[in-house]
Amino acid sequence: MSTPPIDRQPIESYEVTGKRTKELTRRQIKKARITGIVMFVLAAIVMFFLAPAAAGTSTFGLSFADETIQLPPLSVPSQGSLWVLAMVLGFLGATQFFRGFQSRTTVILGIAFAVFVFSIMVWATAGQEFSLISMLVSTIARATPIALGALSGILCERSGVVNIGIEGMLLGGAFTGVVMGSLLGGWVGLLAATLTGGVLALLLAVLAVNFRVDQIIIGVVINILVLGLTSFLTAQVLVKNPDLNNAPIFQALKIPVLGDIPIIGPMFFDQTIIVYGMFILIASVTFMLFRTRWGLRTRSVGENPKAADSLGIKVAKVRYLAVVYGGMVGGFAGAWFTLGTVGRFDEGMTGGRGFIGLAAMIVGGWNPIGAFFAALIFGFSDSMQQKFAVIETPIPGEFLAMAPYLVTIIIVAGLVGRARPPAADGQPYEKE
Amino acid sequence: MELELRGITKRFPGVLANDNVNLTARSGMVLALIGENGAGKSTLMNVLSGLYQPDEGEILIDGVVQKFPGPGAAIAAGIGMVHQHFMLIPVFSVFENVVLGVEPTKTGGLLDRKKARVEVKEISEKYGLAVDPDALVESLPVGIQQRVEIIKVLLRGARILVFDEPTAVLTPQEVEEFFGIVAELKARGATIIFITHKLKEALAIADDITVLRDGKVVGNADPKTATPEVLAEMMVGRPIDLVVDKTESVLGAPVLELKGVTVTDDFGRPYLNEVSFQVLAGEIVGIAGIQGNGQTELVEVITGMMSLAEGTISFEGADISHLSPRKRHAAGMAHVPEDRNESGMVGSFTVAENLILDSYYTEPFSKGGRLQRADIATSAIGLVEAYDVRPPHIENTGSALSGGNAQKMIVAREFSRDVPLLVCSQPTRGIDVGSIEYIHEQIIRKRQEGKAILIVSTELDEIFALSDRILVLFDGKVVAERKPAETTPAEIGLFMAGKTT
Repeated sequence: MSTPPIDRQPIESYEVTGKRTKELTRRQIKKARITGIVMFVLAAIVMFFLAPAAAGTSTFGLSFADETIQLPPLSVPSQGSLWVLAMVLGFLGATQFFRGFQSRTTVILGIAFAVFVFSIMVWATAGQEFSLISMLVSTIARATPIALGALSGILCERSGVVNIGIEGMLLGGAFTGVVMGSLLGGWVGLLAATLTGGVLALLLAVLAVNFRVDQIIIGVVINILVLGLTSFLTAQVLVKNPDLNNAPIFQALKIPVLGDIPIIGPMFFDQTIIVYGMFILIASVTFMLFRTRWGLRTRSVGENPKAADSLGIKVAKVRYLAVVYGGMVGGFAGAWFTLGTVGRFDEGMTGGRGFIGLAAMIVGGWNPIGAFFAALIFGFSDSMQQKFAVIETPIPGEFLAMAPYLVTIIIVAGLVGRARPPAADGQPYEKE
Repeated sequence: MELELRGITKRFPGVLANDNVNLTARSGMVLALIGENGAGKSTLMNVLSGLYQPDEGEILIDGVVQKFPGPGAAIAAGIGMVHQHFMLIPVFSVFENVVLGVEPTKTGGLLDRKKARVEVKEISEKYGLAVDPDALVESLPVGIQQRVEIIKVLLRGARILVFDEPTAVLTPQEVEEFFGIVAELKARGATIIFITHKLKEALAIADDITVLRDGKVVGNADPKTATPEVLAEMMVGRPIDLVVDKTESVLGAPVLELKGVTVTDDFGRPYLNEVSFQVLAGEIVGIAGIQGNGQTELVEVITGMMSLAEGTISFEGADISHLSPRKRHAAGMAHVPEDRNESGMVGSFTVAENLILDSYYTEPFSKGGRLQRADIATSAIGLVEAYDVRPPHIENTGSALSGGNAQKMIVAREFSRDVPLLVCSQPTRGIDVGSIEYIHEQIIRKRQEGKAILIVSTELDEIFALSDRILVLFDGKVVAERKPAETTPAEIGLFMAGKTT
């Protein structure tokens, strides 16, 4: 297909004439049938596999012991609630199958999956007590490096440079963060991590913008380089000098009043400085991209660098800045792994979070806020896997460890294609 | 403002793109710069807009020598370019596109959107360029997008406006509107340079015409006295017959028949909506329409490169709706694709290899899975000669050929087979007048031989010159069918813009 995009009729015009709407409906019916069947299958799983195996009550803790306002734990009879949940799924499936939710299909499908996930939680905790609140808190924490990784990608790609080296930037940030943190304290470590990401991004910018090297290759090189380098330094330096691998950890900072609100307080207002940093960055980058001159220029360069150039905008400079900012966000995110959690570095400890961040960026449609919500889904699945590994469930641990990646595949496969990347994403700009 | 170019010379490795070019454009005047593709018009304009540095010569504005190290400097000097391929960002709103680079800001680099809207409104009211500042550019028709481009250069204080092939993508009605805009700008004292290869438009709007050929100014013409024939001869360097000679042809049986053909994208939105028509033996059917109304998809679904959602396509009475492109080709269908560089040839292959792209697997070119170099070369030498591909070296790569010669090579490959149906999409887009003349002759010759021919073109002149029957495609539907003798370009233009019968 080679049709130039600007000449294409706007999508809305297709819904004007009756004939076309009919056409759409026929396809929608087909789609509704398929999604309806999916919901039925989910209902059947809950009904026939989960419910019979669930005896007793499932208890979900909603407050930590040290909170000022205590919520009573939520207790539900396991089997009964699974039956109810199965019926909800079945009802949604039937409605979708016969009538269709049309434009709300995606939302309904999302609700159905949420109901299904909740069913699994009820089943897994049957006869036990499970701290739901600690899972929600850790969802936010675990979403943090993913959301920041996604933000790093967004900054680069909005300017037209593909950054698949996020993983390397995370790892690099985690490493220098812990070393400098051990030597000079957490704040210096955080700064060092941020600068490390910036330096790695500078490498990306030089090769991608000046030398027009294939951006995928640069990204892979950065990932492999950082993995190799940090593993080498860990083995050669950190093992012999354990003092260098023992950084202070940022403790959770409780915000007065707001932190006392049940559920929301511990989730959003009793976290570490890195998590707060993530919220601030998501908000400020959104504002900068869409409300400032810098953002307008950055986006224009990512969409049509030639047009920007013809208006006197310096494409290379704009890309350099955006990529280096992106790298710094990536390095900052890396600090979460060491300074934000355990205070020590392990080889390859980022475990593919950079790539999941990339997936969150795509699912979120290259928009910081969208990416944040996508990161929450990934963080939730990551956190659920951790918690389920602790309580006894019949699901094998290896399968649980796969869960975040499975979720990645399902979401990316299901949603990609709708979101539109910046038009000049990954294309080097060459002045004539 | 008066603009003068003195002795501009620009060399590229192996090419002298501009050779001592002199021209003058005065305030309140339209200067048409005409010339074939490759005559050096675009290079000259890139020099003027600061994208290229001239090797020799100087640019003067009101008698003062100017130096343009970059586009910014040219803009500052009051030169505004409206490029042929709009320099717009489709996902930005109108005002975002207009203010990009000269954004009004509040403290801290915050965009002053209110002020930006007001600036756009002021210019659009002053010059009668109605446009909604908040509309998304990609949702606007091409004619309005062009207004956005014009507002963009006016906002930057341009007093010398350069339009590069501004009417190439417009409907006849939009061209009229555009001429109105130009007249308004002219009345307000702007200096206008209008680059085109459409001679009638140059004659209609210009106050002076400068003709470029092979990088040199070959002369000036007064639009009051010049005729298209005179201009064409100046452009090409030899007399050109602008009228395609056509005799009555004998119509035969239907060769191609489409019934209710619907093609949709991945989301089920139709590119083509129940398109039905026939092409008879000995007949040329021309598909008119503005780019993006389903022409690409129509050709691709006929040649098998896209699959259809509904309907049938028959070829000589047999249903070919679901045959592969190769089977359709083997059944007797020739295809000159829309974009010669993307799907007409392989740029890095030699001319000889490009000439067998469709038949490399058949005898005599391939025996036992081995290519027969000698037979391929013999055939290629014959074709290059017969179809006037210049230079006639079959070991040249395809990308080394000029547009016109590359197109002639593709026509040679497709027309040298004796097949009943020829599908030609944009057969003469972006090529020189001499090659256009030649390719038109070949198409007419095939018609006289009794072949069925489908022509898709956005050039209305071409549609009128060649077709025995004109179909207008709008928004994926055939909205009108006319014989060229019974209609006018103006009427067809209305259909192209969406008027229904």
